[in-house]
Amino acid sequence: MAAANGGAGSVLPGVTAIALATAFLIVLLRVENQTAIISLLAFGLAAVAVANWFGWLAPVTRSFAERENALDAFAVVAALVVAAVFHEDHFVLLLVCTVLLYIVATLGLNIQFGYAGVLNFAGASFFGIGAYTAAVLNEHTAIPHLLVLLIGGVMAALIGSLLLLPVLRTRGHYAAVVTIAFALLFKTFLEVNDVLGGPQGLQVRSMKILGWSFNDNFQIGGVKLSFYISYFLVSLIILVLAFVLVRRIERSWVGLNLDALRLDETAACCFGLDIVRWKVTAFLLGNFLIGIAGTLFGMVGGFVQPNNYTFADSLILVSILLLGGIGNPWGVVVATVIVVIVPEKLQAIQEYRFLLYAALVMAVLLFRSEGLLPRPVRRYFPGWRP
Amino acid sequence: MDFGLFAQHTMNGLMLGMMYALVAVGFTLFFGVLDVIKFSHGDVLTVGAFTALATFVGLKSMGVASTTVELLAMLIAAIGAMAVLGAVIAKAFVLPLRAAPALNTLLITLMLGTVLREAVRLFYPDGANPKPFPRLLPAESVSIGNFNLRLDNTIMLAAGVLVIVGLQLMLNRTKLGLAIRAVAQDEETAKTMGVNFSAIVLITFAIGSALAAFAGLMNGLYYNEINFGIGLYLGVVGFSAAIIGGLGSIYGAILGGFMFAALQTIGAVALPFASAYKDVFAFAVVIVLMAWRPTGLIPEKLSERV
Repeated sequence: MAAANGGAGSVLPGVTAIALATAFLIVLLRVENQTAIISLLAFGLAAVAVANWFGWLAPVTRSFAERENALDAFAVVAALVVAAVFHEDHFVLLLVCTVLLYIVATLGLNIQFGYAGVLNFAGASFFGIGAYTAAVLNEHTAIPHLLVLLIGGVMAALIGSLLLLPVLRTRGHYAAVVTIAFALLFKTFLEVNDVLGGPQGLQVRSMKILGWSFNDNFQIGGVKLSFYISYFLVSLIILVLAFVLVRRIERSWVGLNLDALRLDETAACCFGLDIVRWKVTAFLLGNFLIGIAGTLFGMVGGFVQPNNYTFADSLILVSILLLGGIGNPWGVVVATVIVVIVPEKLQAIQEYRFLLYAALVMAVLLFRSEGLLPRPVRRYFPGWRP
Repeated sequence: MDFGLFAQHTMNGLMLGMMYALVAVGFTLFFGVLDVIKFSHGDVLTVGAFTALATFVGLKSMGVASTTVELLAMLIAAIGAMAVLGAVIAKAFVLPLRAAPALNTLLITLMLGTVLREAVRLFYPDGANPKPFPRLLPAESVSIGNFNLRLDNTIMLAAGVLVIVGLQLMLNRTKLGLAIRAVAQDEETAKTMGVNFSAIVLITFAIGSALAAFAGLMNGLYYNEINFGIGLYLGVVGFSAAIIGGLGSIYGAILGGFMFAALQTIGAVALPFASAYKDVFAFAVVIVLMAWRPTGLIPEKLSERV
């Protein structure tokens, strides 16, 4: 749209930034030596600081704001390049899949937290509902697995709808306790319940689409590919759909209503917005996205157990959102990459990762509370600059 | 059910309720003065319990044998250290974020809780495993039918009641209590009346954290075992209890604490399904209660300025 209106911003700075980030990511994923990883991370930090000092980040921001559609496409290409480089490496591809699905889940949380201002501290529980749906349906039914993905999302939304009444009636801290209680209830329920495998959890059958089994390695033109490539592609497609959906919602009058609702409920009510309707929409839609991500994640991992869906995991999802910048989908992408990949690569600090990571979030909250990439001011018209 | 069993469950429920109430009172105090939720409260409790244990180990290695001295030293060390920690947390992390959205305070204290918990797990010697906690109170017991009234539990319960009554007296009868209540009611007016706002906030956080340390010591003496995760659970339960009661109300927090313990006991004993579901039942009731009374059983007096 912006491009059609004269193309004030250039696409080049954005593409350069994506290319550099991708190259950095590929090197980081490839390197195994701990010292090298630490110096690489330090180098990355320094590079961003230097770029910020010389004002090189401003053109990047502008090009992202004005040529977003083109840059979205480049980001997808970048993800494909990463997958192509590591086409044989199971571990790295699993990590990349995890990142993609966590982004989808956090985007769902972003609709709730970032746009409508509905608190949800049970993100991991809804993620888990999806995964358990996959485990049960893949084992006992012959429902096509793409349909299972949808059903997983619908299940998360349905079980979430049990919380609607308390979520709608409460505000602020009182609303927080509803979802926190649900997160604890859900994990305890899974642990004591025999049907769903108790603390040991359940196996999840791998994905099959039209007879194509996802758990076999395959070859194309003599190049061996890891079986995770299939999961990677499905995850990427889901991520693209979720991202487009979230962006569309944000830009539409629905997003405008949600923003009004978050900023001032009373004022929104006075202007005739239906508070209940939009809160319900945001809560259920968010849970639906989280559920879909969880369903696919269950199939990728091949295994579900209650310990993966604790309150602490819900907090990690919330922290990703906060670290990235609430309400900014691009921030979510960057923050998820940092939060998921850095602890996996830095084996030296693996033991201390929760500690360091919690300290990092505290530092962000104290010194840059709007997150790494703050949400830009809404653009009401194409080509309009605030 | 016969009397003995009933009395036994009541006693257990009361012990649990006392611990929950002590934690919940902390939450409600913090919320009263600053309108914030300090989620690291539960982990302050853990650190308090571990401080007490470390004091015990230290005294033992110095050759102190009297249990009274040990208990007293543990109490003073844990309560003193946690009061300081509480004030430091308020000064460094809670007060600077006053202008930010309430969510940020919630998150920073959640993360601080993680830091404290992980620090105990990583840096306390062998902190990742459950640690035995010494049995320091007299363990005699009186049997009435098949009800076994243990002396140590009775002492702890009485001490808990004393602490809560003392806190209540302090809040209602002293000048400090008056200042705390004034800040809770209206910060601006309290300031114009010459109340030193930040000092009162720090003192309130110190008092609340000292209560948590007391609850942590009680928890250790009751179960004779502590681990780095107790605080997380007790924190969430205490938070729920404070919320059910209605944030900002001391009576509400106490009521909420005992009610949560009662729900768990009922869930474990009187309901048809397996006792493992007691927490599921208790948290489900919390959610239903929130739907029924969205601002708790004893709601804070709230008028919204638009």
